[in-house]
Amino acid sequence: MASHGIKDQVAIVGMGCTPFGEHWDKGADDMLVDAAHEAYASAGVTQDDIDAFWLGTMGSGVSGLTLSKPLQLDYKPVSRLENMCATGSEAFRNACYAVASGAYDVVMAIGVEKLKDSGYSGLTGSRPPSDGTDSSLTAPATFSLLAPAYAHKHGLDDETMKEVLTRIAWKNHKNGALNPRAQFRKEVAKETIAGSPLVAGPLGIFDCSGVSDGSAAAVIVRAEDAHRYTDKPLYVKALSFSSGPATGALDPSYDYTTFREVRASAEEAYKQAGINDPRSQIAMAEVHDCFTPTELVLMEDLGFAEEGTAWKEALNGTFDLDGDLPVNPDGGLKSFGHPIGASGLRMLFECWLQLRGEAPPERQIDSDKTLGLTHNLGGQPGACVSFVSVVGSEVG
Amino acid sequence: MRGIIGYGTYVPYYRLDRAKITAAMGAGGGRGHRAVASFDEDTTTMGVEAARSALRASSVTPSSIWFATANPAYLDKTNATAIQAALDLPQETWAVDAGGSARSSEAAIRGAIGTAGVSMAVVSDLRTGNPTSNDESGGGDAAAALLFGDDEDAPVIAHAMGVAASTGEFLDRYRLPGESSSRIWEERFGEQAYLALANDAIERATKEANIGLEDVDKVIIAGLHARAVRSLSKIAGDKLVDDLTGRIGNPGTAQLPLLLASALDEAAPGETILCTHLADGAYAVVLRTTDAISDYTPFATVESQIENGSDNLDYNLYLTWRGFLDREPPRRPDPDRPGAPPAFRSEDWKYAFVGSRDRSSGAIHLPPMRVSMDGGAVDDMERVRMADTPATIATFTVDYLAFSLSPPTVAVVIDFDGGGRFQAEMTDVDPDEVKIGDRVQMTFRRLFTAQGIHNYFWKARPFSE
Repeated sequence: MASHGIKDQVAIVGMGCTPFGEHWDKGADDMLVDAAHEAYASAGVTQDDIDAFWLGTMGSGVSGLTLSKPLQLDYKPVSRLENMCATGSEAFRNACYAVASGAYDVVMAIGVEKLKDSGYSGLTGSRPPSDGTDSSLTAPATFSLLAPAYAHKHGLDDETMKEVLTRIAWKNHKNGALNPRAQFRKEVAKETIAGSPLVAGPLGIFDCSGVSDGSAAAVIVRAEDAHRYTDKPLYVKALSFSSGPATGALDPSYDYTTFREVRASAEEAYKQAGINDPRSQIAMAEVHDCFTPTELVLMEDLGFAEEGTAWKEALNGTFDLDGDLPVNPDGGLKSFGHPIGASGLRMLFECWLQLRGEAPPERQIDSDKTLGLTHNLGGQPGACVSFVSVVGSEVG
Repeated sequence: MRGIIGYGTYVPYYRLDRAKITAAMGAGGGRGHRAVASFDEDTTTMGVEAARSALRASSVTPSSIWFATANPAYLDKTNATAIQAALDLPQETWAVDAGGSARSSEAAIRGAIGTAGVSMAVVSDLRTGNPTSNDESGGGDAAAALLFGDDEDAPVIAHAMGVAASTGEFLDRYRLPGESSSRIWEERFGEQAYLALANDAIERATKEANIGLEDVDKVIIAGLHARAVRSLSKIAGDKLVDDLTGRIGNPGTAQLPLLLASALDEAAPGETILCTHLADGAYAVVLRTTDAISDYTPFATVESQIENGSDNLDYNLYLTWRGFLDREPPRRPDPDRPGAPPAFRSEDWKYAFVGSRDRSSGAIHLPPMRVSMDGGAVDDMERVRMADTPATIATFTVDYLAFSLSPPTVAVVIDFDGGGRFQAEMTDVDPDEVKIGDRVQMTFRRLFTAQGIHNYFWKARPFSE
């Protein structure tokens, strides 16, 4: 028994992505219509051409009806998926497998989240009745646990650690300023980031991704059919998913400076894609920068930096738009916010633009490499789910 | 011989400087400090801490718990059951409440003495008064537990030589159910009533003990009627045990056993102690310590707990904790109430902080798991209670956004001595003082109350020797 991957068996031939932001004038239904029809147009298909749908949403609706009603689907199959903050990626993964299996010719993966109707700060969700002993920490607090642990392990003083985190937020905002779809489209001064009111631990408001609404969609077909739809398909090289045993908060050997789930999913994805040195082989990566220390730790877990060095690489600009390995060239969750079901597909949308050379010139990456990576995370350090995909503009 | 075989006390961490009341309100307050239960404490949690302290100093298992308070966390539902559960005592334990009045401590103590086997009286009180009132500045929060048994259970350290009580029906202080502050009749009226009742009880108790007042080594006078207590104290002269009101205030129902504990902390063998309690009558006991008291070491003395407190509590925080000031809540959903069936299923974990240990690998699981995280063994676990095990902070954070009556919330990941990890809230700590490597211990607290359900669970607090 083994995992085999589906390298070069399926391809993305069209994508859509709404602007992310506070869409007081749009509900989840509206955003689904916008993203789906943008993707149809991108692929040159009509809704009737899509054989099946995979919808990712955490809390904007249950069942396939959440999609089939606003799109007025003609009795087509819709799977509705949830896998915490990796929900959008999970919709994409399952849609790809359906095509690879031969069950369908043309499918759509679509994700949506309408967060700004709740009236609350940050993310909220309903949990099953419990004994009341579960942690009540907010998401920023759980991820902020990484910061003192990382600083302690690698000998950074508080000031340096804050500088590193600030640099990550500054970089992502700088990228987002160049992206018309981003929620925040302005550069933010490092002093503003570092001086923002504290939310959890050393994390200020600017260390946290925003809360926004959005939707994104992809049309997926068999690789051999891809050129019927576009001259520049994006081939799926790897799809991996890791759901951890959630023992970080139980196991004293876990030190809160890594995500074991990310390491497992990255290793699996690189195996599927035939990557042995991600740092030199990948043109760009879209990673789950829900909070600044998350991106820091991810650079090591994804193999972009040696353990204990990501903080230096972040300060040196390795992951800047013009650096060795651009990370979150679209601005990341930092600039887009995190409409949960949509984020994973939004990351793929940036790969779609960049690897096809269709990003706006001011942020188009100049690279002869053909691979892009997306990484999507749900949960918290020590108890999370992690998704990694590798996509490429060429077969092989 | 039946008598006291052990005791424990609990004085919460925070002290309110009474001058802060005067400064804020232009009235009330005074000199000295009062002890203040934190926002996550109630009479049940303080009772648990006092009872834990008693059981950690005396290795006995009580067969009954008599809990008394004038400020019960629940009505209808017994509060002593949470104490029984938090102490990890077997279901054969008879746990009952004697609640409502300041006098109820006498019921718990007499009930425990009179019930065969090892019995524990747990008395706890949390005193609140209207801002600027004497009750506000003079009240205090604390708990005490007394273990009673026979010599075959454990060495008796003190026993009663004479006991007497008197009862009077008159209006001294009174409070309608649901009210946060007591009403008090003119003090001069109560003073004369109490003095007559006290003299009667003391006379009969000393007579039964076959001693005169001059034979007594120490005198304890407890009671919420400050004027009557002060008048009666004249009989004690220099034998009067400090009633601690200057340093922690008067913890109402809990004052009698707390002062007795503070006297026992320092008592020598063969001391005669007259304990008097003024509450809707008078209760007098003549106690004598035995030789065994010289071998008895309390888990934490009253004095050490008073010394280790923090007097940095601001008055506005005190008012918030007591419900006199409503903070703007965070823009977050209210916490969910705990479900009764899941809480019932996880009683060992939620109340007693019992995890599971894999018999083959030794890995400790908090909360308990059926499948081992180390080796995957299924259903091969044994119980392991971690409530009394110290731990070290592995990492931590301060959550400024989480729902709390007293933000910010400090959260720590802690590694227990001998194995086991847990992510806990931390309490009784200055958020700026938390560091990786700090030592902590567990404490039983009320996380929050949602839809009328108190959510009890364990938190970490700084370790003190």
